[in-house]
Amino acid sequence: MTPVVSAQRICKSFGRVEVLKGIDLEVHEREVLCLIGPSGSGKSTLLRCINHLEKIDAGRLYVDGELVGYRQRGDKLHELREKEIALQRKDIGMVFQRFNLFPHMTAVENVMEAPVQVRREPKAQARQRALELLERVGLGDKAFNYPGQLSGGQQQRVAIARALAMQPKLMLFDEPTSALDPELVGDVLGVMKQLAKDGMTMVVVTHEMQFAREVADTVLFMDGGVVVEKGPPEQVIGNPQHERTKSFLARVLNPNS
Amino acid sequence: MSQNPEAAPPKPEAPLDAEPIRAVPVRHYGRWAAGLVILFLAFIVVRSVVTNDALHWPVVGEYLFDYRILQGLQNTLILTVISMVIGVVGGILLAIMRLSPNPLMSGAAAVYIWLFRGTPVLTQLVIWNFLALAYSRIGLGIPFGPTFISWDTNTLINLFTASLLGLGLNEAAYMAEIVRGGIQSVDGGQLEAASALGMKRTTTLRRIILPQAMRVIIPPTGNETISMLKTTSLVVAIGYFELMVAAQSIYSRNLQTVPLLIVAALWYLFLTSVLTVGQYFVEKYFARGTSREVVDRTKWGTRMFGFKAGQGGGGQGGGSTA
Repeated sequence: MTPVVSAQRICKSFGRVEVLKGIDLEVHEREVLCLIGPSGSGKSTLLRCINHLEKIDAGRLYVDGELVGYRQRGDKLHELREKEIALQRKDIGMVFQRFNLFPHMTAVENVMEAPVQVRREPKAQARQRALELLERVGLGDKAFNYPGQLSGGQQQRVAIARALAMQPKLMLFDEPTSALDPELVGDVLGVMKQLAKDGMTMVVVTHEMQFAREVADTVLFMDGGVVVEKGPPEQVIGNPQHERTKSFLARVLNPNS
Repeated sequence: MSQNPEAAPPKPEAPLDAEPIRAVPVRHYGRWAAGLVILFLAFIVVRSVVTNDALHWPVVGEYLFDYRILQGLQNTLILTVISMVIGVVGGILLAIMRLSPNPLMSGAAAVYIWLFRGTPVLTQLVIWNFLALAYSRIGLGIPFGPTFISWDTNTLINLFTASLLGLGLNEAAYMAEIVRGGIQSVDGGQLEAASALGMKRTTTLRRIILPQAMRVIIPPTGNETISMLKTTSLVVAIGYFELMVAAQSIYSRNLQTVPLLIVAALWYLFLTSVLTVGQYFVEKYFARGTSREVVDRTKWGTRMFGFKAGQGGGGQGGGSTA
């Protein structure tokens, strides 16, 4: 069976700064992969490469067996047109650290926007499904509020519903709880846990070690643009082998010591 | 910190009644004095306007709805509306060109803006009017090849179209910069979120970016519209007929200069007021989702006199409690 995400030796530089230095990665169906590591380690960049928000400089990246952002003809790569990239992206849901909800639309309009504009779903049907999705993330009563009237945690759950509305095969989460007040983190993580339980394939960049421990099938620790350690959470978080992993976890788990 | 020990705060366990505070409001003597000066000046101005016979108020009333004035008014409105439509549509196109990754596109837009902002509207109006002197015929065809159809410039460009071209194309240059500012004010995360959902560039622009840019675009556009309303009077220079020309042509005959200028000014003021009200509602529409609640403004009486809004006491203001 083809993995949902397959990355082979991918590299990415911003100007002279090499952010990803040959990353290998595989995510299978129904798998939850958590990317952890210090800031600047390249984990968000890696996530953004998966839906081509960032172009990779070297290596190959496949989603669902399809090359992301390029087409291979013979031994030559051709860049895809913007329209074709959009087509690839519609099967990949993404949740951002800063929510990025559309502020001029109500919660339900946010959720139904892409199904109507991209998948050409009839409005009534899209609205119906959007309301169901909002119900599912526990915001049935906030459907007609604007993002500015919602708390951070509520906004992020609307953002998750918005991504789910496209019925993606894969969900990417870019530090979804880092911009939230501590007491709101639990609601968002709760929704994500349920999503994992329902069998969604997920790649999550996170600093929530407890969440990674409970939900992840695989944890990948990155530092300085390389994968330092990879394995099930009880191994990487519970019993890290590498010195860098140990010191990172010590800092994250006991920030006061 | 440095308070007297005697002035200790009430013990926390003492039951504190949640009684609304009824403090004596601060008396703003400075505001009262300034207010009196303003009122006095206003009185002098109003008195001079009302009692000055040279203003001929009855004549103003007589010509306010004169058919020539109304005709001019109609032309002013038509010119304003069509010029602004040309300006806004052209401005959006130019702004999108200006932000295009294609350097020739953005360069072309930059040159257009440079050219049209760099010359006075009056000059442009006259140039359009005298276009026939430079290009006697205008036609469609293949460059350096055959011409399929062509017109005499003077039949194509009459006073009306010259006015529209002069005002509208100049306006487009200004609107382009306003629209560009609006588009650039939208958070980059919006574009990313839309792309991640699989939306195409044009859809994103139409559904996500422009509606948000509107909030920034509308106030200066209202400004431009009001400004355009008055700039239309420049078509005087090429002899097209609008409100100002109507007033001038009347007073050049009956020599009632001041009353007719007042008539024109009153109409401009009226239209500007209507536009201002319109702008308020448009702004309110595009501001949806941006505020948590409507902020209740303090009543002016409170600001001026320190009265409490909604309290019957009025003049007393609870000042006798001591």
